[in-house]
Amino acid sequence: MSTEKFNYFINGEKGKYEVIIGLEVHAQVLSSSKLFSGSSTKFGAKPNNQVSLIDSAFPGMLPVINEECVKQAVRTGLGLNAKINNFSVFDRKNYFYADLPQGYQISQYKNPIVGEGKVFLDMPYGSKEIGIERLHLEQDAGKSIHDMDPSNTYVDLNRSGIALMEIVSKPDLRSPDEVNAYIKKLRTIMRYLGTCDGNMQEGSLRADVNVSVRKLGDKKFGTRCEIKNVNSIKFMQMAIEYEASRQVEVLEEGKRIDQETRLFDTKKNETRSMRSKEDAHDYRYFPDPDLLPLKIEQKLVDDLKKSLPELPDNKKERFIKDYGLTSYEANVLVSEKEISDYYEEVAKLSDKKLAATWMMGDLFAMLNDKGFNITKSPISAKHFAELVKSIKSGEISGRIAKEVFEIMVESGDNPKKIIESKGMKQQSDPKELEKMINEILTKNKDKVDQYKAGKEKLFGFFVGQVMKLSGGKANPQLTNEILKKLLKG
Amino acid sequence: MSLDKEKIKHIAKLARISVDEANVESLTKDLNSIFKFIEQLEELNTDKVEPLSSLLNQSLRSRKDQINDGGIREKILKNSPKENEEFFVVPKVVE
Repeated sequence: MSTEKFNYFINGEKGKYEVIIGLEVHAQVLSSSKLFSGSSTKFGAKPNNQVSLIDSAFPGMLPVINEECVKQAVRTGLGLNAKINNFSVFDRKNYFYADLPQGYQISQYKNPIVGEGKVFLDMPYGSKEIGIERLHLEQDAGKSIHDMDPSNTYVDLNRSGIALMEIVSKPDLRSPDEVNAYIKKLRTIMRYLGTCDGNMQEGSLRADVNVSVRKLGDKKFGTRCEIKNVNSIKFMQMAIEYEASRQVEVLEEGKRIDQETRLFDTKKNETRSMRSKEDAHDYRYFPDPDLLPLKIEQKLVDDLKKSLPELPDNKKERFIKDYGLTSYEANVLVSEKEISDYYEEVAKLSDKKLAATWMMGDLFAMLNDKGFNITKSPISAKHFAELVKSIKSGEISGRIAKEVFEIMVESGDNPKKIIESKGMKQQSDPKELEKMINEILTKNKDKVDQYKAGKEKLFGFFVGQVMKLSGGKANPQLTNEILKKLLKG
Repeated sequence: MSLDKEKIKHIAKLARISVDEANVESLTKDLNSIFKFIEQLEELNTDKVEPLSSLLNQSLRSRKDQINDGGIREKILKNSPKENEEFFVVPKVVE
């Protein structure tokens, strides 16, 4: 762990300000059907084709809860080291908007399904614990499209009624970097659990960001503003930077911050007040009379706990302990479950440390370059392990390995076959090498004399000659050793 | 609890109910007398009573995660204020 210190403050004219951030993350639950209806949740369908009479709030329709969504919320709660509430209640959150046909959102207010928990972030200045306040289940709204017609709004209700988990953090975050790490950590945990796909492009993960500032050293929190519905980590970070600076400016002018809901304008890179949300906090919650309280048997919680997969924090510890990886390496390799699976398959068949180095170097660079996910890697874990083995055994040099790697990407062939058929094996037989080097030294007698007279720079010339003659296949280490020995004699 | 005229107007606005200025006065009086009736409940000591969410001592009935609904766009869109094959079309609402 580096000794870097935390250093994110806003410098005002009257001093340094600390930035306090809390997030309300909306994560779409992975389920086939919606929270209270049997319509599909599949992304990308034709507009309004995955809408039932319940989702469009026809009179007389009754919601029936999807048991899988409840289990997914419990799994997520367990993954966040949180308390699962055996008794929770669904409430109506009342507001009017065109994409909310019911006129209220079914959510959980006083009695959420999951209570307090915590997650751990790996920051350059050490591990940081972020508290989770609660997690509750609620319905998503539909989608309004404003740019299809100058005077009308188009509404698609496919998303209406899909289950969301709202994960509320404590105000423990202190910088855009910590927000980045937090969102990524939540995403990783939920992807491991299979409870949310974390796909931000498709809106499966969005957040409301609460920001306030206070003079460094102050104990009391400042008044906060809530920035609604930000859908990428980059925008969250930009919104926080803008909003924190704005608040410092207001305070330094001697004015007060109004507690309000703001909107982040991604084109202008600024936040602005949402006048229409003036009454937004007046939701008049009350228990939904259509839904009985949700009681969860402790046995179900225990069973779900037993069936959880190994989570990223535990896997990281194991990678460090069993495979001798650094904290950084382990962190990168557990960031996606698929990456860790690939690594483990390679590590089981080859050198664990070298496998990590080559994966994080050449393999990741190639995948990144091609825009591939690791599951689409043109090189299978088995073949990659073969390559690592060949490097480790000295069969091929690192330089040749890069060539083999390129060919593997193009052909998908086994590296053994490539090395064999192209004659790329490293020349590691000392007798053969000695013979070759002697030949070179005899041919360049003048240079040998100069070397012996003190022109030691010529050593590189000899190495170059060996590489040229061997077609780059001479084992570099062995070449150095033999050259030194022969030049001494 | 008592409601003043401003509060009545505010609640009406939140509920999207249009209330004539002329009716505000009598509405305030009516609602206040209803509240007064309800407030009799406060005579009871409920310190040790959990809030009741439902009268039935049962848990929520659930269903399996199966797709068995949707795909009825024409039916759903019959109620759209303006006609369109794919979307509900409503007067512009934008920030």
